[in-house]
Amino acid sequence: MSKIQLRQIAHGRSGDKGDAANIGIIAYDQKGYEILEKHLTAEKVKKHFEGICHGKVERYEMPNIRALNFLLHNTLGGGGTVSLKHDAQGKTLAAALLRMELEI
Amino acid sequence: MKEKIRIASGQGFWGDLIDAPYYQVTKGDIDYLVMDYLAEVTMSILQKQKNKDPKLGYATDLIDLMKRILPISSEKGIKIITNGGGVNPVDCANAIREIAVQNGIKKLKVAVVLGDNIKDHLDDIMSKGCLLNNMETGESIEIIKDKLLSANVYFGSFPVVEALKQGADIVITGRTTDTGLTLAPMIYEFGWKNNDYNLLAAGTVAGHILECGAQASGGNFLGDWESIENFAEIGFPIAEAYPNGEVIITKHPNTGGRVSFETVAEQLVYEIGNPEEYITPDCVADFTSIKLEEIGKDRVKVYNVKGKPETEFYKVSCSYHDGYSATGSLTYSWPQALTKAKKADQILRKRLENLELQFEEIRSEYLGFNATHENLSPQLDEDKINEIVLRFSVRGKDKNAVNRFGQEIAPLILTGPPSVTGFAGGRPKPKDVVAYWPALIPKKLVEPKIKILELI
Repeated sequence: MSKIQLRQIAHGRSGDKGDAANIGIIAYDQKGYEILEKHLTAEKVKKHFEGICHGKVERYEMPNIRALNFLLHNTLGGGGTVSLKHDAQGKTLAAALLRMELEI
Repeated sequence: MKEKIRIASGQGFWGDLIDAPYYQVTKGDIDYLVMDYLAEVTMSILQKQKNKDPKLGYATDLIDLMKRILPISSEKGIKIITNGGGVNPVDCANAIREIAVQNGIKKLKVAVVLGDNIKDHLDDIMSKGCLLNNMETGESIEIIKDKLLSANVYFGSFPVVEALKQGADIVITGRTTDTGLTLAPMIYEFGWKNNDYNLLAAGTVAGHILECGAQASGGNFLGDWESIENFAEIGFPIAEAYPNGEVIITKHPNTGGRVSFETVAEQLVYEIGNPEEYITPDCVADFTSIKLEEIGKDRVKVYNVKGKPETEFYKVSCSYHDGYSATGSLTYSWPQALTKAKKADQILRKRLENLELQFEEIRSEYLGFNATHENLSPQLDEDKINEIVLRFSVRGKDKNAVNRFGQEIAPLILTGPPSVTGFAGGRPKPKDVVAYWPALIPKKLVEPKIKILELI
């Protein structure tokens, strides 16, 4: 077992879909994608964003571009102009997910 | 048929780099310039402008831009497609026509796509059995109908294709999908049919890559961003499209930024849901079928895209007025910057409580500590932090309460913790909160119309 931080093997981008945030995480290589696919589960992402994401987390696989896409429901404080959050559109959440440490 | 066409992205949103479209038409060869100006909230802003002045309601930036580029684009034969018409595409097109007249441009056809604005036809639509319930919550639109600011149908590419078939050099639309703006010239030039789903999906994917401007060519790139060269003169993306649906994403030479597997992949995952079902009015594209291949410097081939038939519905985007909000901030310096900011937050909350002001939400954030990553932020060594910005916001239905909150920020400077600054620009004023209401409408209930303004 070894510990890695997600940012060592992946990059990504996040944005808003109403009150949900989407976070796309892209591995730099195939080996990295295999780690993502195996270890970066919806449950782990939900736990990582405890207190931030108040809804369910859905995970979608995009092996064609070595990516996983996560939808985090009920996350942006109402979304759009309703949200009082400084990051109302979830633009920095991809970076927040890259903080995660994985035991592999 | 042309063997390829080059479609250039000129704007990723209203407020993007003003010079980007100018460089797209001057720094190299392109056939089409497409510009997306409309975010969901933009329609409500434009509707408000039109309510005040019936001649407004479109992206006025577009007019200044056209003064600069129309003489060049018409000389070079570049066609321009934009959704900057907002809620008043006819007056937008008239203003552009006027620019053409002033510049002595002859033989110009400006087409307008109409019919997306259904705000004044809601009763008629609902009487036909389409109840426009909120597609996320299922609630009836009746509960917000009296607060409605705008209601627009998202049209796809085919109304734009029809405008091009009628000879348009410039196509001005209201709420057309961002992807449709890019797909339309491919359908028109290559004769794609409305059931060529793989081809329509290929053009849709190209549209998704182009729709946020330089976000596909090195901007906001979270990979090795420090190695991106010359952000200052970043080149916006160009889709070089071929009749078989293959598209090469590139940019003009001698511009900054980068087009690589990584920069394009980041844009592909931006604001998507289920990647197997990217739904547009034109088709349902499968983003898990897309193949990307770097085939040269700043050239990425996008191919193998699969698509499925379109749904029977258009998406409707409504916006409505939902109360007021205000935000104020104060900056606290070392020593104990965070402790001071947190104390100020407590004082402010106590004062609002004493005033018995009612809000739906009160939120405080500490910029420099936790505003972006909230409870994921690491513990702070206060002695090493020079300043913290307290950002304090409220939202509620009572405009007077929100306004009263705005009067409570500045007093903290003389009545709270020390070494505080950064209060400039006056008291925060109540801002209208615009909420968004997504719904579906059967396609047969709305008819896109084309109007041509011709200069001979």
